[in-house]
Amino acid sequence: MSQYSEIIQNGLWKNNPATVQVLGLCPLLAVTSTVVNALGLGIATTLVLIVTNVIISLIRDFVRPEIRMPVFVMVIAVAVTIAQIIMQAYFYELYLIIGLYIALITTNCTIMARAEAFASKNGVRESFLDGLFMGLGFTAVLLTLGAMRELIGYGTLFQQFNLLFGEGAKAMKITVFHDYPGFLLAILPPGAFIGLGLLIAIKNIIDAKRAEAQSEVNVQTAT
Amino acid sequence: MSVGKNMLISASLLGIFAIVGTAMVAYTNEHTVEQVAFNKQQYTLNKLHEIISPKAHDNDLESDTIKVTDPRLGSKHPMIVYRARKDGKPVAAIIQSIAPDGYSGNIEMLVGIRVDGSLLGVRVTDHQETPGLGDNIDIRKSNWILQFNNHSLSNPTPTNWKVKRDGGAFDQITSATISSRAVTKAVYNTLQYFKDHHDELFKTEVPHEPIQ
Repeated sequence: MSQYSEIIQNGLWKNNPATVQVLGLCPLLAVTSTVVNALGLGIATTLVLIVTNVIISLIRDFVRPEIRMPVFVMVIAVAVTIAQIIMQAYFYELYLIIGLYIALITTNCTIMARAEAFASKNGVRESFLDGLFMGLGFTAVLLTLGAMRELIGYGTLFQQFNLLFGEGAKAMKITVFHDYPGFLLAILPPGAFIGLGLLIAIKNIIDAKRAEAQSEVNVQTAT
Repeated sequence: MSVGKNMLISASLLGIFAIVGTAMVAYTNEHTVEQVAFNKQQYTLNKLHEIISPKAHDNDLESDTIKVTDPRLGSKHPMIVYRARKDGKPVAAIIQSIAPDGYSGNIEMLVGIRVDGSLLGVRVTDHQETPGLGDNIDIRKSNWILQFNNHSLSNPTPTNWKVKRDGGAFDQITSATISSRAVTKAVYNTLQYFKDHHDELFKTEVPHEPIQ
């Protein structure tokens, strides 16, 4: 049981793919200009990560070490291509916006890293959980960054949600600042770098505070 | 000998994975290909119907097209012209056109022109203009593009077919004069092209390479 909670904590916080492993930056930085784009890429990445992790842990016993890498690459490429085709079929408008980055999921090092570092050494259940929570951890960072940039850049939240959830979701758009002139820097790539830098910094501060509290407790119990 | 055997096993395993993987992709594709084609068609049709109301024509816009090549349409490549007809009579042409001198490259547009030469509407379909500034040429960001509606080659006069900054009749987008200028110029060029090729554009039977 504690092994599972370890996997969950690793994915969401301790070993978060975006803020700790700092993997998959290309799609992360490019797509997070709005919440809906971030959510779309996050869901797609999570699904691909679950599928590839499960498949790789299933086949890990009879894939010989010398062909391990090409087989992993193939599994990932197949999963991503299928995800891309499905998206084209059912979320076409969103595909037009983030389609390029869907193909780039193949090159998202997070997926290869989890295949190599985790799924090839662990059982199906653990690998599934690892894929799910690494994906969710990645999505959480995408969403936070997307919300920050959309809020600062456009002064809105959840604009264009209809791309993902149909016409009814247009109403979900929240205009936080009325008559907001927009702040270009947040929408352009530099805004993404600055935003991610801030997120990592905040995470480190929280970790440092926690460690401090922890060591104080330790000192008290020791005395 | 055993090395060779090992290699053979590895290679066959790899081969099997490749075959299974390809089969899975092919299977998915097989089951979605119609939906994808339908989506693409629907998307184009929606774009066209932003310009022309579905009630204003009764033909199949998607298939009643010709391809034309003309420098005034901004490209060396053939552009698509969608022809709208009602009861067999031409109503309007929606011409694919490119403004080659945008702030960051080509601005792709659809220019809808009524058979009498007045503008039905203009839409930008693809561009890389600066987000927040130049991207206001896109209807999803601002209504700027609507100002061209109902204008024609003689309204305003050719010398006024410019943005106000250049002494013309059309508003420019603040801080995005280059994008505004490019679109305005491309609309004007497309109108001129339409005037010169008016009759050929609506022909139902198209000879090979109709317009040069």
